[in-house]
Amino acid sequence: MSTETSLLETGLRESTLFRFATAGSVDDGKSTLVGRLLHDSKAILADQLDAVARTSADRGFGGAGATGSQAIDLALLTDGLRAEREQGITIDVAYRYFATDRRSFILADCPGHVQYTKNTVTGASTADAVVVLIDARKGVLEQTRRHLSVLQLLRVAHVIVAVNKIDLVDFSESVFREIEADVQKVARELGLGREDSNTGGIADLFVIPVSALNGDNVVDRSDRTPWYSGPALLEVLETLPAADELESHLESFRFPVQLVIRPQGALAPDAVAAGLDVGAYRDYRAYAGQITEGTVKLGDKVTVLSPGAEPRTTTVIGIDFAGSELAEATAPQSVAIRLADEIDIARGDTIAAAGTVRESSADLYAALAWLSPKPLREGAKVLVKHGTRTVQALVRNVTGKLDLATFKVEAASSLELNDIGNAQLRLAAPLPLENYLHHRRTGAFLVIDPVDGNTLAAGLVKDHPGDHEDERYVI
Amino acid sequence: MSTQITNEDLELSVLETDATETPTAIPALRPDRLSSLDTLESEAIHIIREVVAEFERPALLFSGGKDSVVMLHLATKAFWPGKVPFPVLHVDTGHNFPEVIDFRDRTVERLGLKLVVGSVQEFIDRGELAERADGTRNPLQTVPLLDAIQRNKFDAVFGGGRRDEDKARAKERILSLRDEFGQWDPRNQRPELWNLYNGRHTVGQHVRAFPISNWTELDVWRYIEREGIELPGLYYAHEREVFERDGMWRAVGEVSMPKPHEEVVTKLVRYRTVGDMSCTGAVVSDARTVADVVVEVAASTLTERGATRADDRISEAAMEDRKKDGYF
Repeated sequence: MSTETSLLETGLRESTLFRFATAGSVDDGKSTLVGRLLHDSKAILADQLDAVARTSADRGFGGAGATGSQAIDLALLTDGLRAEREQGITIDVAYRYFATDRRSFILADCPGHVQYTKNTVTGASTADAVVVLIDARKGVLEQTRRHLSVLQLLRVAHVIVAVNKIDLVDFSESVFREIEADVQKVARELGLGREDSNTGGIADLFVIPVSALNGDNVVDRSDRTPWYSGPALLEVLETLPAADELESHLESFRFPVQLVIRPQGALAPDAVAAGLDVGAYRDYRAYAGQITEGTVKLGDKVTVLSPGAEPRTTTVIGIDFAGSELAEATAPQSVAIRLADEIDIARGDTIAAAGTVRESSADLYAALAWLSPKPLREGAKVLVKHGTRTVQALVRNVTGKLDLATFKVEAASSLELNDIGNAQLRLAAPLPLENYLHHRRTGAFLVIDPVDGNTLAAGLVKDHPGDHEDERYVI
Repeated sequence: MSTQITNEDLELSVLETDATETPTAIPALRPDRLSSLDTLESEAIHIIREVVAEFERPALLFSGGKDSVVMLHLATKAFWPGKVPFPVLHVDTGHNFPEVIDFRDRTVERLGLKLVVGSVQEFIDRGELAERADGTRNPLQTVPLLDAIQRNKFDAVFGGGRRDEDKARAKERILSLRDEFGQWDPRNQRPELWNLYNGRHTVGQHVRAFPISNWTELDVWRYIEREGIELPGLYYAHEREVFERDGMWRAVGEVSMPKPHEEVVTKLVRYRTVGDMSCTGAVVSDARTVADVVVEVAASTLTERGATRADDRISEAAMEDRKKDGYF
């Protein structure tokens, strides 16, 4: 009781949000690790624990190998839907929540076996960090290479490799060091963890020996790994900067317009009752959206990008948020922006820091992570959703497919579920595309099936051939 | 090859993949970083605006419960100084707490909103729904809900569902596609990537939108405190005549009468969730103010549904089953 109360008093109110994902299979002990994090950070409440304890006992857990009579199967804490239990599989990404006094965490728990690319891409797209699990008895497997490859592609800011079940190799330093060296070798091949990037996508790489079952180096440092002097997993998660912190001060302001707020007399009755000056707001007009990158200040020069129109430059005269006027705002804040000049602006247009955007383009070169059972064929007509705009697009050609195990691009003319490949698309209207390598938000898009509306692929914008392209960006 | 470096009080094992031996230090946290509540608020407002921009006829499910009150508050912020540009929808079980209905009506009036009511009682009276043996009406809400959605041609319905509430909700999308029968198919969900939401749907389909998916119960209460949001009074400690059933304190009322062996006592209680009187229990509490409640929730050892919802105790997969049938 006292710990929770003190946690509240020591600044939970001002805690920051950190999103991370886990990648790995049940066999790696992922569910146990997630259960351990939730359990040891006291995110599991008594009624949930009781239910898990009952089920653990029913299933005979706590027999050989477990310590104490209160042993519970931590993996059950993340037990999913009945549909999953019946089939013994995990269907989908599950989101879980816990907090320490420094941070609130959102954990995207991604199943490893089925559709691992789809799930890892989904979880990693919003993650500040991803925890990849390795079984200490098995070392780096093909699946590990695939996971790391996807994380590199998605430019996840921090990658943490948890070498789990270290207790089952007798806390052996040499086993750990060997796996650590293998991870490092894969990372070098992929260009993960390189420091020369000034894009903000600084991919830190940490390797930590853990035992999820016993809690070694998960929340607290273990004295059974004296040869490891680094931090426990939770310490790393509590300390790493979120992607927005790394990026927003490096990047230029980008603001896709969601909608225009123009009440024209239909003012909110509660605001009027609270004394809003009706006359002053009669001609109110502001552009609502979420800042995707960078910072905007009052008086900043901005360029408005609309398809089919010349870029127009004007000045920011107001940054509004529900009755407050802000002097500046930064990603990922949702605000409404007022501009000095009367410009025709609609949903789908982008407001950007003046002088920082290239011309919009109708030619889209991209890496696609294909997430649908319906394969991609050349000549297909699709929809592309980028920022707040959706346009029709023609798939001109597929130029290659990444072998996630060897990291080599091979020839391909179609993409199937869980494939990652390169393609060239022609858009029905030009979009302000930016290289994903430098812009995790404005470089991302969805490919949507125009027939049933399903999401077909996660798209990452690449530079046009012939433009300078970063050689690390292999696909 | 690994380098041990010291970063203040924290030692980190950082792998060098470069030939140069420059250690990577963790950059300092920026002091001006948004708080977790600010980040969650911005995310929710972005989602609300996306749905309003991309759908023809959205509506917000509004029960007067704290999550729906927070949703409505977020909507007023998203469109300030304009009015909230959609109606609110209430599925009335007929077993509501009178003070919650009163709160609902005052709120709708204050914000100048249109209120659409789907009535479980009317369906029962017409013989289209049957009262359950246990008297619980929460599971009966699905039919009037779908009826109201179809009759009003709503193509998107906002709900205050949160992923921390239940393991079925933990796998729910922020935009959740539903078929003509309102069914949720967990095996066939669209991947949700970055902050790009895909709301495309065909005729007959609609979307349930959950902008506060990523909030926890504690986040909701901290936000209510921070924003000074008014709630129905029964969320705060008050004296009430109650009796004990299934380990929960039930209010004495027309639709929840004690059986002869159930002793009625007066206790200082409050509600953690506000739903159907017939299945919502009170908790013994002396938290009379929002600040008291924040402290109480932070220290709570029970989940809000586990503590107060009889309908979620029916089976281990109660919520999963209801959701598949079109429930929120």
